[in-house]
Amino acid sequence: MKKIIHFITAFAFFAMLLSCGKNSQNGTKKQGALSSNAAEKVYVAPGEYDEFYAFISGGFSGQLAVYGLPSGRLFKVIPVFSQDAEKAWGYNEETKPMLNTSHGFVPWDDLHHPDISQTNGLLDGRWVFVNGNNTPRIAKIDLTTFETTEIIELPNSAGNHSSSFVTENTEYVVAGTRFSVPIPQKDIPIKDYKGNFKGALSFIAIDPEDGGMDLKFQIMMPGFDYDLAHPGRGASHGWFFFSTYNTEEASTLMEVNASQNDKDFIAAVNWKKAEEYISAGKGKKMPAQYAHNVYNDQTHMATSTIKDEVLMLDASELPGLVYLLPTPKSPHGCDVDPSGQYIVGSGKLSANLTVHSFQKMLAAIEAKNFDGEAYGIPILKFDDVLAGVVDQAGLGPLHTEFDGKGNAYTSFFISSEVVKWKLGTWEVLDRQPCYYSVGHLMIPGGNSREPFGQYVVAMNKITKDRYLPTGPEVTQSAQLYDISGDKMELLLDFPTVGEPHYAAGIRADIVMKNSRKIFKLEENDHPFAIKSESETKVVRDGNVVHVYMSTIRSHFSPDNIEGIKVGDKVYFHVTNLEQDYDVPHGISMIGANTSELLIMPGQTETFLWEPKEVGVWPFYCTDFCSALHQEMQGYVRVSPAGSALPLSWSLGED
Amino acid sequence: MKTIVKLIGVIFCFSAMLSCKNNAATETGDTNADAPSENAGTQDLGQAFLKDDEATPNVLDIAVGSPDHTTLVAAVQAANLENALVNAGPLMVFAPTNAAFDKLPEGTVENLLKPENKDQLAFILKHHVTPGKYDKEFLKKFKTLGQASNENVPVEVKGDDVYVGGAKIIASIPAGNGIVHVVDAVILPSN
Repeated sequence: MKKIIHFITAFAFFAMLLSCGKNSQNGTKKQGALSSNAAEKVYVAPGEYDEFYAFISGGFSGQLAVYGLPSGRLFKVIPVFSQDAEKAWGYNEETKPMLNTSHGFVPWDDLHHPDISQTNGLLDGRWVFVNGNNTPRIAKIDLTTFETTEIIELPNSAGNHSSSFVTENTEYVVAGTRFSVPIPQKDIPIKDYKGNFKGALSFIAIDPEDGGMDLKFQIMMPGFDYDLAHPGRGASHGWFFFSTYNTEEASTLMEVNASQNDKDFIAAVNWKKAEEYISAGKGKKMPAQYAHNVYNDQTHMATSTIKDEVLMLDASELPGLVYLLPTPKSPHGCDVDPSGQYIVGSGKLSANLTVHSFQKMLAAIEAKNFDGEAYGIPILKFDDVLAGVVDQAGLGPLHTEFDGKGNAYTSFFISSEVVKWKLGTWEVLDRQPCYYSVGHLMIPGGNSREPFGQYVVAMNKITKDRYLPTGPEVTQSAQLYDISGDKMELLLDFPTVGEPHYAAGIRADIVMKNSRKIFKLEENDHPFAIKSESETKVVRDGNVVHVYMSTIRSHFSPDNIEGIKVGDKVYFHVTNLEQDYDVPHGISMIGANTSELLIMPGQTETFLWEPKEVGVWPFYCTDFCSALHQEMQGYVRVSPAGSALPLSWSLGED
Repeated sequence: MKTIVKLIGVIFCFSAMLSCKNNAATETGDTNADAPSENAGTQDLGQAFLKDDEATPNVLDIAVGSPDHTTLVAAVQAANLENALVNAGPLMVFAPTNAAFDKLPEGTVENLLKPENKDQLAFILKHHVTPGKYDKEFLKKFKTLGQASNENVPVEVKGDDVYVGGAKIIASIPAGNGIVHVVDAVILPSN
C-alpha cells in the first residue's frame, strides 16, 4: 500500500512536470499569435500597402534600409556611406565623388541615426538625414528618389555621434562630436587631453527649397564626449539638447575613468542666440578642410568640393549660448517630449531616468542660480531643473520615445526590455521583454510634435536563438509592439540589415505620393547622355575611349564595337532610354574591375573598362528586363596596342 | 523514514504546482508593472534559458554551477533576475556564499524570498552587481563602485584583500559576460 502511495506521488509529480512544460510552450506560442490576433495585426495582404515607412539604419553596414510597418517587409537598401555593387554606388563614375572626403575616397562608414525633415514640428517626408560616425559626415536622402543626394563632411569632429537630428522647421540638421580632439588638429601628447581637446557641435543649415546643406556654424565646447541630441519644440524651439559623458575629460581606460563623476551634463544650446551672435559678428572664421558632395538628378552626376573655412562660436566666451544641466551616470539618450517641455536623460549606468523641465531651466537661468561653471559655461543646479525621476525603472536605460498621448517608452539594454511610463507622474505603466539587448526604440513620428503612437519598434543587438542559425554571425533584429492599448503587445520579430541602430518612421501616404517613377529623358543633362539610338557613337581621345551607349528592351546600341586596343581606358556611358516605370537595365563587361551598372529609366551611368588582353569580349544586361533579356548582349573586339584597326560600332549590321 | 520520503514527494508536487502557476501567469500575459523586476511575466523566456554548451559560461551559469551559492541562485530566481545576468554585459557580480547569507539575522533570507518582498529582494541583489568587469587587482584603483541598485559602495584595500561594501573578495571567476567575485558577506544597501 505504501509503495502504491509512493508510486502515485511520483507519478503525479511527473505528470505535473510534463503538463507544466507543455503549458509553457503552448503559452509562449499562444501569446505570440493565436490568443491575441498578433498575426492579423501585422498581416498586409498581397498587393496591399503597409501603413508606415520605417527607415532603419544599418549601423556598420553604412546603409539605410527601408521597411514597411506593420509587416516588417524590406523594400530597399539605400546605399549611403558604403560602396554597393548592386546599385553601383561608389563604383560608377557618377557616384564616386559622393564618397570623397578630406581624407580622400572613404568607401565605408558607420551609419547611426536617421531623422526625417519637418515643417512646423510635423514630419513633411521630404528628406531623411543620417550621420556617418567614423569619418564624420552627414548625408541627405531624397524621398522622391530614395537616393542619397548630398553628403557633407564635418571638420573639427571625430566620431560624429549626436547626429543627425533636425529642428522643427528643418532650419538645421545638428551634429555633435563624440570624441573631442585638438581644434585645430595638432601634434600634442595624448595625456594633455584635459583643457586642450575640444568638442564641436555643428549646425548645418538646410535650404527649404532643395534641402541643400551648408555648414553654417560650429560651437566650440569643452572636451567632453557628446553622445546624443534632440531639438526643442514648441516652447523650447530654438534650443538644442546634447547628452555628454566623460566630463572627467579622461583619455584612457574610459570604462573606468569616464564614469567617476556621479553626474555628467545635458548641454542646452540656445541656437537662436547663436544666430544673434553671428549677426553681431561674434563668430570667428577658422581654417578647416571638409568635403561637400552633391548629386544632381538632372546631370545624374555628383560633384565634390573641398571647403576651407568654418564659422566658429566659442561657448566659453559667449554668455547665454550654452547651459549645463547635471544628469546622473553618463547619460546616453537625450529625448524631448512632443510638447517640448521635458528633456529625458537616460543615464546608461543608472537604474533611473532623469527628466528635466524646460520651464524650470528657463527660470533657473533667469534667477542666475548657478552651481559653478565648466570652462565659463554655467552649470545649473540639479534640483532646480529637475522635473521628476522614473525610479528603478529598469537596468541600463538608453533611449526614450513618446506616443503623443502622454506616455513615454524607454529601452533598457541590461534588463533587455521596453518600459512604458507616464509623463508628469513618472509612474511605470507596463514593461515588455526584448529579445535581446535592445538599443534604440522608434515610434513613427517620435521626434516631432505629433507622434503616430500606434507602434514602437525595438532594435535588438543580439538574437541568439530567435531565428534559424546562420553560423557564428546571426541576424540582428527589430521587434514590433502594438502600443495602441494600455499594455504593449509584441506582434512581430523581423531580421534587419547590419546593425539596426536607430530608426525614423513616417505614415506612408505622406511620402509615397511624391515618389518618382522615372527620370525624364528630355531633362537628362549628363554630358555623355544620348537621347536616341541615332546618337550612338564611340569617340577616341588618345587611349581614352568614350562609348555613348543606350539600352532599350532588348538590346544595347551599339552592340558590336571594334577598334579597341589593349591599354585603352574605355568608358561606357550608358543611357537607359526606357520611359516606363520599373524598367531598369544593367550592364557589365567581362573582366571589368568594378561593379555592374543598374540604370533607371532616363538615367545615364558610366563604368570604366581597361582591356588587358586581345580577343573578343562580351557584355550583357544584368537586370532581368524583359522576355528577351537573355538576348541583350554585345561584343567588343580588342586588338593589340599598336593596331591600326579604326574604331567602328554597329547594331544589327552583318 | 517512509514519512520523510512521502514528505519529499509532497514538497516536489507542491513546487511543481507552483511553477505551473507561474506559467499560467505567463500565458495570460499578466505583468506587474509596478515591480521593476526584469522581464516580468516571462520567467521561462529569454537568454537565461538558452542551452549553450559551447560558449564561455556567463555569470549566471557560474552561480548556478556553484554548490556554495544555492541561496544566491534561489534569490535570483525568486526575483526573476536571471535575464539581467546573461546579457552582453559586462557585468561584475559580487556573489555572497551560502555561509554569508547564513550570517544574516535568522529569518532574513526566508522573509526576502516571500513573493510580497520581491522588489526589496531585487533591489538588494542589484546592489551586488556593477556594470563593468574588473579583476581583484584592478579593483584596487577604485574608491567606490556604482551598483545597479543606483547606490554606490565603497572599495577598501586591506593588505592583499579587497573589500567591496564591507564584503571581502575570497575568490574570482571570469565569465563570458563579466566576472564573479565570491564575497564573504551580503552587501546591504543603505536605504
